[in-house]
Amino acid sequence: MNLFRNVVFVAAIAGLVAGVALACMQAYATVPLILKAEVYEKAGDGHHHDHATGANNNAMSSAAPADNAMSSAAPAPAEAAAPVEDEGWAPADGFERFAFNVVANIVTGIGFALILVAVSEFAGGIGNWRQGVFWGLAGFAVFTLAPGLGLPPELPAMPAAELLPRQVWWFSTVAATATGLGLIAFRRSLPLAILGVALIVAPHIVGAPQPDSFETAIPEGLHHQFVVAVTLTDLVFWLVLGVVVGVVRGRFTGTATSLRGSFA
Amino acid sequence: MNTASVSLGASVSSQSRVMQLAMAALLGIFVVGFVGFSHIDAVHNAAHDYRHSMAFPCH
Repeated sequence: MNLFRNVVFVAAIAGLVAGVALACMQAYATVPLILKAEVYEKAGDGHHHDHATGANNNAMSSAAPADNAMSSAAPAPAEAAAPVEDEGWAPADGFERFAFNVVANIVTGIGFALILVAVSEFAGGIGNWRQGVFWGLAGFAVFTLAPGLGLPPELPAMPAAELLPRQVWWFSTVAATATGLGLIAFRRSLPLAILGVALIVAPHIVGAPQPDSFETAIPEGLHHQFVVAVTLTDLVFWLVLGVVVGVVRGRFTGTATSLRGSFA
Repeated sequence: MNTASVSLGASVSSQSRVMQLAMAALLGIFVVGFVGFSHIDAVHNAAHDYRHSMAFPCH
């Protein structure tokens, strides 16, 4: 289990570094936008409790979100403290929520790193930071760009199709894009490269599950800002992940220079 | 990839090599799948902001 242990070791370091970096970026770039959207979400949910009407919603969407938070918290303070989903346990807002987000980032960072290191070892391994950049770009394309085309990053309270079909489409798109990129990058054959392109395009011809209506209280500007923030933070995450894997693995094997003939 | 010196596991047979790498990749898929895709409410709520920030299908 020598190899397995080494892969886990490299992945743990890279996932930790990239996960912490991503959590910091999210704290500034994406989470504030999620919190803003939750104000609209709570305002929309209000009809269960205080019978907010459509007219109410329109009035709210023109007001500043901070005002909404106060005005919706004032009549029902208990509700404001309750978790957004109103279903089961959730971390309390503030530090606890931030801490859980950091943990989620680190754990999945290590998960993504395990996939990245294991797959790249099949192709000779990520030998240095420059190869890491290319592998990171590939990871970004596979896990963020491709599924994001059909299912753009969404804020709370945005309409979406059933969860399971979206998850199935997301996973299939990731698998098809990864296979397609692999065929293009590592099989030096034109027909296989064409097949690779077909695999990358196919999920988008099938199409992602879409909601019946795109109507939402979330302002388009806020959503656009969120899409940009998610895409850029994920890009940096994947670049950091690839680079750290390259650096750590290079120190591990001490043979970074002997990989010149491979991919990068 | 068949020159042992550039691999992370210098002296493993190629079959065991494939097995170990596949296990590592599966472990990674399991971890990401559990945190990002689990339908358990508590897991969803704990990783809620992360799921949105990674554009995972959510809600």
